[in-house]
Amino acid sequence: MRDLDASPKVDAAQIGRIFREESGRSVATLIRIFGDIDIAEDAVQEAFAVALRKWPFDGLPPNPGGWITTTARNRAIERLRREVRGRELLSEVATLSPGNDDPGMPKEVGPVQDDRLRLIFTCCHPALSAEAQVALTLRLLCGMTTDEVARAFLVAEPTMAQRLVRAKRKIKAARIPYRVPEDHELSGRLRPVLAVVYLVYNAGLTGPGEPGLCSEAIRLARILSTLMPDEPEAAGLLALLLLTESRRALRTRPDGSLVVLGEQDRTRWDRVLIEEGQAIVRRCLRRNQPGPYQLQAAINAVHADAPTVEQTDWWQIVALYDQLLAVAPTPVVALNRAIAIGEVRGPAAALALVDDLDLDNYYPFHATRADLLRRLGRHAEAAAAYERAAAMAPTNAERDFLRLGGRASR
Amino acid sequence: MAQYLLSVHSVEGETAPAMSDEEMQQSWKRIQVLNEELRAAGAWVFGGALHEADTATVVRMSEGEVLTTDGPFAESKEHLGGFYIIETDDLDAALVWASKTTEAVGKPIEVRPFRASEA
Repeated sequence: MRDLDASPKVDAAQIGRIFREESGRSVATLIRIFGDIDIAEDAVQEAFAVALRKWPFDGLPPNPGGWITTTARNRAIERLRREVRGRELLSEVATLSPGNDDPGMPKEVGPVQDDRLRLIFTCCHPALSAEAQVALTLRLLCGMTTDEVARAFLVAEPTMAQRLVRAKRKIKAARIPYRVPEDHELSGRLRPVLAVVYLVYNAGLTGPGEPGLCSEAIRLARILSTLMPDEPEAAGLLALLLLTESRRALRTRPDGSLVVLGEQDRTRWDRVLIEEGQAIVRRCLRRNQPGPYQLQAAINAVHADAPTVEQTDWWQIVALYDQLLAVAPTPVVALNRAIAIGEVRGPAAALALVDDLDLDNYYPFHATRADLLRRLGRHAEAAAAYERAAAMAPTNAERDFLRLGGRASR
Repeated sequence: MAQYLLSVHSVEGETAPAMSDEEMQQSWKRIQVLNEELRAAGAWVFGGALHEADTATVVRMSEGEVLTTDGPFAESKEHLGGFYIIETDDLDAALVWASKTTEAVGKPIEVRPFRASEA
């Protein structure tokens, strides 16, 4: 007998999470089939609406991702059949994929065949602005809403919506191709892709309950480093993400408040991820073609080696930051280097470096100053800096953490 | 297939260092080679270099009558110096031709897609 119990088998929040995990793959596949981003996005959105109606009563299909792709493809075909131009497009689609009787369920032959990889290279095409590249990737590959993407960039939603519309229009009008670049173009095309993957990971790390983004970023980094074994920075990015991921569960308490590196229970760091990350870092060191991601991975590998914060090889970390500052001379890198200097030369030396930086709009700058001032016993100034940082912090967890004076438990 | 405008813009008053006869010959030759290549690849639609912008004439409708005036349309300091119209599969292929063009002429090339003309 059919279960008519009022309590749903899956709730809307669960469906939302599954959808977020799966929509990138579906959108990527539909873009390949129909050659049009808007058609793909709309159809996948419709499939989501159908899922919200059906799944609470029918339960989850055995393969929710495949279900979304097939449903979206069928919806797109139905809709296109209703319009003249749509019917033309459908006949083109049929000629382009002969013998493919179920284009909604493509077999993944290898990393090169992954539609999401095509999509990320299109989203990160150098003919698009850097902002548009990241926004498109988060929207199309990671299934983030325009509003979420807007918040990740600290811009108003209409501004972000306009940026996405303009980027999609350019892809279509200028015919930016939907394919993975050929070998000779790969290295130049890789840089923006890596930057975007890194940003996606960070959106998962600091965003409100979006761990799916972290695994999505790691998966993309894995594919990229497999596909481009000659690109040490692709390997470096993967190592950096794995090492960061090894500590992610320890970054926050069950109530969402932050736990700084020095206060984390290091016995609970994920040793499997650490070993994989460190093995990649060692291979990068042997190759000796350092770049920003490899150096950041190496810094994280040093942290992962230390059984306690006091036993950390801070001199090694300072040396790596010196190298990083040479290849990526940004104020944020200088801030992190100053924090490491603080561990070897004390808070006064670090504060002198920090106060020289032009980072007034970057909340970790104020948080760092607050911590250094507190360690120097300048409590009133520390409190003001904590308040400044808290007011700018992007998430509640970070805001609460800073309002409590950075835990102040040391 | 899609058509693209590859345009060279020159900035008024910003004169390139005077070329020797030999350099001029070489530049001309590079462009001839590029033109041949474009034709051989089937990408050529049209192309050419323009006279200076002060040779331009503007015709416009003014109060129901056609008015003809001297000078370029835009008051800007940048003017179209020459262009190609090419036909390629996609933007990446157009960008390869644009790279060759900028190498040949030594100036930045703007690549713009035409609205679909057939159908």
